[in-house]
Amino acid sequence: MIADGVENEEKWLAAGIAGLQQNAFYMHRALDSNNLRDALKYSAQMLSELRTSKLSPHKYYELYMRAFDELRKLEMFFKEEARRGCSIIDLYELVQHAGNILPRLYLLCTVGSVYIKSKEAPAKDVLKDLVEMCRGIQHPVRGLFLRSYLSQVSRDKLPDIGSEYEGDADTVVDAVEFVLQNFTEMNKLWVRMQHQGPAREKEKREKERSELRDLVGKNLHVLSQIEGVDLDMYKDTVLPRVLEQVVNCKDEIAQFYLMDCIIQVFPDEYHLQTLEILLGACPQLQPSVDIKTVLSRLMERLSNYAASSAEVLPEFLQVEAFSKLNNAIGKVIEAQVDMPIFGAVTLYSSLLTFTLHVHPDRLDYADQVLGACVKKLSSKGKLDDSKATKQIVALLSAPLEKYNDIVTALKLSNYPRVMEYLDLETNKIMATVIIQSIMKNNTHIATADKVEALFELMTGLIKDLDGAEEEVDEDDFKDEQNSVARLIQMLYNDDQEEMFQIICTVKKHIMTGGPKRLPFTVPPLVFSSLKLVRRLQGSQDQEENPFADESSTSPKKIFQLLNQTIEALLIVPAPELALRLYLQCAEAANDCDLEPVAYEFFTQAYILYEEEVSDSKAQVTALHLIIGTLQRMHVFGVENRDTLTHKATGYSAKLLKKPDQCRAVYRCAHLFWVDDQDNMKDGERVLICLKRALRIANAAQQMSNAARGNTGSVSLFVEILNKYLYFYEKGNPQITVAAIQSLIELITTEMQSDNSASDPAADAFLASTLRYLQFQKQKGGAIGEKYEAIKVLVNDTVVIFTEL
Amino acid sequence: MVLVLALGDLHIPHRAPDLPAKFKSMLVPGKIQHIICTGNLSIKEVHDYLRTLCPDLHISRGEYDEDARYPETKTLTIGQFKLGLCHGHQVVPWGDLDSLAMLQRQLDVDILVTGHTHQFTAYKHEGGVVINPGSATGAYSNITYDVNPSFVLMDIDGLRVVVYVYELIDGEVKVDKIDFKKTTAPTHSAH
Repeated sequence: MIADGVENEEKWLAAGIAGLQQNAFYMHRALDSNNLRDALKYSAQMLSELRTSKLSPHKYYELYMRAFDELRKLEMFFKEEARRGCSIIDLYELVQHAGNILPRLYLLCTVGSVYIKSKEAPAKDVLKDLVEMCRGIQHPVRGLFLRSYLSQVSRDKLPDIGSEYEGDADTVVDAVEFVLQNFTEMNKLWVRMQHQGPAREKEKREKERSELRDLVGKNLHVLSQIEGVDLDMYKDTVLPRVLEQVVNCKDEIAQFYLMDCIIQVFPDEYHLQTLEILLGACPQLQPSVDIKTVLSRLMERLSNYAASSAEVLPEFLQVEAFSKLNNAIGKVIEAQVDMPIFGAVTLYSSLLTFTLHVHPDRLDYADQVLGACVKKLSSKGKLDDSKATKQIVALLSAPLEKYNDIVTALKLSNYPRVMEYLDLETNKIMATVIIQSIMKNNTHIATADKVEALFELMTGLIKDLDGAEEEVDEDDFKDEQNSVARLIQMLYNDDQEEMFQIICTVKKHIMTGGPKRLPFTVPPLVFSSLKLVRRLQGSQDQEENPFADESSTSPKKIFQLLNQTIEALLIVPAPELALRLYLQCAEAANDCDLEPVAYEFFTQAYILYEEEVSDSKAQVTALHLIIGTLQRMHVFGVENRDTLTHKATGYSAKLLKKPDQCRAVYRCAHLFWVDDQDNMKDGERVLICLKRALRIANAAQQMSNAARGNTGSVSLFVEILNKYLYFYEKGNPQITVAAIQSLIELITTEMQSDNSASDPAADAFLASTLRYLQFQKQKGGAIGEKYEAIKVLVNDTVVIFTEL
Repeated sequence: MVLVLALGDLHIPHRAPDLPAKFKSMLVPGKIQHIICTGNLSIKEVHDYLRTLCPDLHISRGEYDEDARYPETKTLTIGQFKLGLCHGHQVVPWGDLDSLAMLQRQLDVDILVTGHTHQFTAYKHEGGVVINPGSATGAYSNITYDVNPSFVLMDIDGLRVVVYVYELIDGEVKVDKIDFKKTTAPTHSAH
């Protein structure tokens, strides 16, 4: 059926075009032979093709365009005729003899155009006559095209200011009157179209109507082009008349289109000065009109206008644009009870963007908009409409983008209240947007109050919310938590008291995060706290000041907080991380000369090592860190130090793998020999450690021999040799030349033995060690002398190795 | 001429939010042939960022690294130089040159790059070089107070290596240059 319809239409169009062309052909011939009578006859017949009602607007347009082109030729002919002395008034009368009304009116408009041009009659009279006569066509499509033709041919002949058609009798008022009248009539025709034909074709009709809308809108465009339409005339005549037509037509399609058209074609400053009139029309429109789009576009235009130049801003203030828009939006939302929440949020979002552009200094305006939004949202509960949440993210992002500064947004009391209506997923997205803004703009959040407000905003990232048992992607979760960790670095105040308050606030929030989040959030808090300790250490006299304020921040207080914070990792459990952090704190306490605090942290680290770190590889690393940290501690008295070093060597000898044991034990030697501390140079215990390491290396060899049939690498021995050389060079009297020589001998013998496995790395290590010996000897001076004492036995093996 | 970027101890996000913007704008893809990183990145995101600068990326494991697959030590050869890489928390006393020299002998390398102390250092030691590029983010450290963000760019050309150290001091990038020449393989014929 439909295909048939389309096919038929094509046929009718083809027939129409054929008829049109045939008559045009005869018209041309008449024109060529200056036969006016025939020219009129055939042109009228040609125009009769436009009388069809079988074509859709789209096809009708095609036919109309062909006729339009032909009429241009006819118009040229009329002009010639007039020049040759033919009375244009007679012509104007003559064409009215055409039999059918539609061709008659087309011809009349054509001659009318020439008539105005000849200036034999005032333009306004001709225009008035034409626009009245056109009433004769009441068929919507035919009428619209006819009037469109009238509009087209008269455009350049309006008695506008400065135009050649302006005269004593002809003023711009007449021009405006003419266009307004044509507009009104066209709109009526256009609206009437809606009510013709069967109800079931409503959709098709709406589509056809929207194809024709630009014919109607064209009139508004013409109005905007008239020079004489200044602000006063626009305000007093044009806008009220147009709006009157818009409101009274009570047609949804026309109202939406024409409101948008008004906003787009007339200048910004006109809108600004007539806001009240324009906005006043909004609540009078049909409830089904998409008013939010209209208003959003208006605000968008005005925002851009405000952004275009600072000079225009006073205008906005003068007309109180914000309060007018705010009122209008309030009324529209109130009136349109069925407006989806998405629509309302879109309006608020546009208004917020507007006020941020126009009144960047008026945070109260922005807050007012957010407040109104909260009020609207409060009736809906949490949002689950994806379009609406997207709009809310836009709404909440707008202040961040404008001020590049979350601190300003935090001043908006309604900001967090809007966020409360977000579902968890959107809350997280928004929180991430906020963090990104902070990172991008390097915003320092400098007070505990602001930190509190900020964390309140981001609850979705900080803790599990009730009932949110959703699947979370592991990588997404990591990214989120890492961004929280980054954020913690951005919280800073030079004032130490305030900084301590910030740390307390952060702690309060992250402690609610549960075992999954703590491993991400505890370390940044710990290091942020340690930085504060470092600052206090630098600024504060470490001697106990009896007059110090009890409540003032001190390293001790921070260490208490740190102890609790790290302890929270035990429920995760994250013993390896906690152990590292305890050791960091221990060393910081050492630097503050707080022996009991440092000892406590060490104890915690040891407990974790003993009870929680079971993986052998993890034990090795943990022990590296324990020994490395302990080596640097100078705060401990003999007793505490003994306890801790004793334990550390004990742990070392108990590692699973012999090579690990051996290395840890020789590392422990450094616990008894600290270069720049004379009270920590216990040569004997250094030697005990090294000898113990040797015994373990031996045992490792024997084990290897038993299990694999060879003694394995000599690498451990070379390592120990290097340690002997190290302490020898440092002046440890317990390390003798003889011991070193016999160790070298042992290694070379081992290497020669058939029982050892070849290990090029160990060979190279020995070679470079012996090279080092040589190098030190050549240095001369005290060191050279020391090394000179070591006689490397020049047996074959050694020669071979040194030649390598 | 080969450019090698050496950096480490970024500690993102535990101790620093990100690399300094000034460093980021200097480090552009396509200029660097190798990256050696001493460790403590500490998260994958940083690893991915480094890979965008240069796909030839060598990392040793720091004690805070998320990725447990980084090796404790690594050696590689670039041109005429053998390089060794280690985070350094394994070398007690931390940052001690003589102890690092032992590691250098053990790995048998010309250039040893380590981190952990967050303090830029470059020593010539027994014909080799021991370099610590410092902390690229200026991260907090118990060992070094007032850490300035720093990294090292090595220009390896034949037997010569020029070490450029970039340090961010009060918001300004300062560049220092240290020149090393590798003495040809040591001769032992005298013995």
